[in-house]
Order: sequence, then structure tokens, then C-alpha cells
Amino acid sequence: MRNTQRSQKIAFFFLFLATLLIVVPVGLIVVIIIQKGLPAINWQFLADIPRQGMRAGGIFPAIIGTIYLVLGAIIFALPIGLLAAIYLSEYAKDNILNRIIKLAIVNLSGVPSVVYGLFGLALFVVFLKFGASILSGSLTLGIMILPIIITTSREALESVPHSFREVSLSLGASKWQTIRHIVLPNAVPGILTGTILGLGRAAGETAPILFTVAAFYLPQLPKSIFDQAMALPYHLYVISTQVPNVDEKIRYGTALVLLSLVLFMNLVAIIIRYNFRKKKKW
Amino acid sequence: MRKIKEFVIEKLILVCGLASIFFVILIFLFLTKEGLSVFKSVSPFNFLFGKSWYPISEPPQLGILPLILGSLLVTLGAAIISIPIGVACAVYIAEIAPLKIKEILKAGIELLAAIPSVVLGFIGMVTLVPWVKTTFHLPTGLTALSGSIILAFMAMPTIVSIAEDALYSVPKSYKEGAFALGATHWQTIYRVLLPAASSGIVAAVMLGIGRVIGETMAVMMITGNAAVIPQSILVPVRTLTATIAAEMGEAVVGSEHYFALFAIGIVLFIISFIINVTADLFLHKRH
Repeated sequence: MRNTQRSQKIAFFFLFLATLLIVVPVGLIVVIIIQKGLPAINWQFLADIPRQGMRAGGIFPAIIGTIYLVLGAIIFALPIGLLAAIYLSEYAKDNILNRIIKLAIVNLSGVPSVVYGLFGLALFVVFLKFGASILSGSLTLGIMILPIIITTSREALESVPHSFREVSLSLGASKWQTIRHIVLPNAVPGILTGTILGLGRAAGETAPILFTVAAFYLPQLPKSIFDQAMALPYHLYVISTQVPNVDEKIRYGTALVLLSLVLFMNLVAIIIRYNFRKKKKW
Repeated sequence: MRKIKEFVIEKLILVCGLASIFFVILIFLFLTKEGLSVFKSVSPFNFLFGKSWYPISEPPQLGILPLILGSLLVTLGAAIISIPIGVACAVYIAEIAPLKIKEILKAGIELLAAIPSVVLGFIGMVTLVPWVKTTFHLPTGLTALSGSIILAFMAMPTIVSIAEDALYSVPKSYKEGAFALGATHWQTIYRVLLPAASSGIVAAVMLGIGRVIGETMAVMMITGNAAVIPQSILVPVRTLTATIAAEMGEAVVGSEHYFALFAIGIVLFIISFIINVTADLFLHKRH
């Protein structure tokens, strides 16, 4: 008996150790980036264009480019994703078509990001002749985050109790009225969570924008959706591998801005979901 | 009037419902449209098993075996690191951690999943790469090993969260039964919960590996990008994904090089398709 107790203690110790092996490096990464990046952050860094071959100045065009791309992606992906989620949760029957749709979503979420880049290049840049532009990049990112939005929105819609729908239908509301006025409002926090997670993912990805939009260096801001743009993740890649002798502070500063942007969105999503679960009336 | 409006809306919903299928097919179509052209100049066998990748020499040599082996080596290394740690962490979170700590750990794992790969690549470059270089006395720290370690961290969130789900969904009665028979908590985990959750854990591992194979930016930044058949884990390698990302910028649209990079995309698409479909089968097995 004492033997089994001891082996339990040893086993639990190792499980704890494994958890530390994940958590501690993550903490360290965040701390290192904050510590070394924070001195670089000032108004000039955030609001100025890159100067001296990106070795000085700021990262303003990259921030703006990322915001444009992320907004474009969400404008494209949210309506399609939300309607697809409504289809899956409210209309789809348990048949082979439904199964294929779910499999397609699983696959879409597993396609490597660089393959999305190739796809965007072939379809939007070359075939549809959008060129390397914000439009091409946004559409590519939009298709990439579609599975995230569909999956989280569907979960949110499905968690609305059936009785809500039945009451509404029994009062004479049509199916669409029920969805529009009963199901959707109750699923908003979940849909919001998915949207923000999608935004975060789109903001951080580099490979899909490599050949569809990202510009190595652009001193001015994009004027239309057919212009190329700089983007934060690509800019970080460029100044850490392609341009020699960039001050370490600038690299860490750029990493910090990107990381803060992405983690902030994820944190907001986690908090919304947490509060929603706590407040849930059913 | 309302009838018409609802009819239109419901049709729109159906169309969007089918959008995912449409996009998967569209991706495959455009990859093959561009990629299959390469087989006019090189046979599929020589493409997959050719030993040299010199896309811009004259005539170009388009064998992707070094790239496949590079991807496999990095992935294998990442799997060896991330599977035991990831599954152990999932067990800790699902079974041992107190409720408060459990919530914090889960949020932490989610944040790890959210760190952009280019940031992990950057951190790997400035911390891990010099460390590998001095520890193993190498001419460069940009090696398959460095890639494996960073990629392990990208696989772990997937492994932990899906394996934790699988452990959590094992019926409570299994656990109670084992306790009633006098098993310790560890014996219960080891002999009852892990086997009961095994198909979910297999799926978790597969999806984690899928994430690793498809990962691009971090690998490109820290594996050294040498397109030669790797002899050990301490040399630079180049993966399938990194090859596309690094070379597509220079490839001329319509050249053999361009087609070959798309053909690599087809290979990646098929690998991820197989992994995801199989993982999905494992995930649905327990229902």
C-alpha cells in the first residue's frame, strides 16, 4: 500500500513538472519580450514611418496595414461564418451533407497557413488580377479564419436552449423570426468571442500574406484596397532576418506591439466567454 | 412579402452553409491548376523522391526528398518532445490541478496557442539558437533541433486542450468504480482514464503533429534552410513549408519553379487532409 502511495506521489510530481515545462517558458517568453521591448515603445515608435532602411523610426505603416487587413478579413468572414453557423445549428439535418460540411470545416482549419498563401496568390492575385493588394490579403485571411468563426458561433447558437425556440414558434413566430429575435441575441457573447479570436489569428499570421499583400518597405500609407501594405508580423520577420544590423530594441519593440495586440484580443475573448458562462441563466 | 424575404434569407443561409465545402474544393482546384503543370517536366516519382532541389539551376532539378526529410525530421523531434509533456500536462489539468489553478492553466495554454508563429520564431532566434550553438559546439545554432523545440511549443496547446477534453468526457462512473475497488488516484488515471480516453488522445496527438507539419514562419527563421538530406538533428534543414515561403517571392509566375512550389503545396494539402480526416474519425469513435 505504501508503495502505491509513493508511486502516485512520484507520478503526480512528474505530471506537475511537465505542466511547469510548458507554463514557465511561456511566461519567460512574455516577460523577455516585455522587458526588452518596452524601452523601445514611445510615441515616435508607434506613429512614425520606418527610417534609415528600417533601422530607425517607427512602425506606423505596419500597424495600420495590419488593422486594414484584419478588418477586411472580418468583413468578409463574419457574415459568411455566422450564416454558416446558423445553417449548421438551426437548419442542418443529421445526414451525410451535414457530415461533409463538418469535415470540410475541420479540413479548412487544418490547411497549413502557407498553403492559404499559395491559394490566395493563385486565385486572388493572379487569376482574379487583384494583384498583391489589401483586397487579396484580406480575402485570404478571411477564408483562413472562417472555420474559427463558424465553430465558435455554432457552439454559441447550439447552447441556446431548445425551449426558447419552441416557445417562440408556438407564439406564431416564423423560423427566421425565431432565429433573428430569440436565438441570435442570446448567442451574441459566444459569436463575439469567436470573432475576436478570428481577429487575433488574422493579425498574427504571416505566411498567408507573404505573397498576397505584404510589402517589404512602404514609406506611405495605402490609399485604396488595391494597394500593397506593410503588416506587423511580416515586418517583424523582415527586420529580424532580412535586414542586417537592426537595433535589437526595435526588433523587441515590434514583437511587443504584435504580441500585445494578439494577446489582448485573446484575453478579451476569454473574459467575455468567462463572464457569459457565469451569468448564463439556463 | 415577408415570405419572399424569408425564402431569400434561408437560401442565403444554405449557400453559406455550403461555403466551407466550396472553399476546400476551390483551394484544391487552384493548387492543382498551378501545381500539376510541373509534372510535364518531371515525373511524380522523381519529384517526390529526387535527391536534389536546385530550382533555379539550368535545367532545374526539382526533387523534394530533402525537403520531405527535413519536414519529417523536425516534426519527429517536435513530436518526441511535445507528446509526453503535452499529455502529462493534460492529465494534470484534467485530474489533479485544483479548480482555480485549472482555470488559470487553461487560459495560459490558450494564450500560448495565440502567440503568433513569427514571434516564437523571433524568440527562438535570439534565445534558443545561440544556446544550441554553444551547448553542442556547432558552427551554427540554426538546426533541426532548434526547430523541433520551438515547434513542440506550437503543438502542445493543441495536444493539451484536445487531450484534456477527451479525459474530461470520460464518464464519472468509470472513475468512481475504480475508486470503489480501492485503486489509488494515479492507478485510476493510468489504468482507467487514459485507456478510456485513448482515441481522443490519439486525435489530439495527430492534430498537434498536423499543426507542426504545416507551421511555416518559425521553422523558416530557425532551421537554417539548407535543402540537403539531413544526416543528423544538429544540422540545418529546410522544410516543405519554409521552401514555399522563402522561394515564392522570387519565382516567376508561370515558371517551372513556380509550378513546383505549388506542387509542394499539393503535397502539404494532402498530408493535412489525411491527418485531419483520420483525427476526426478518432474523435468521433467514442460517441
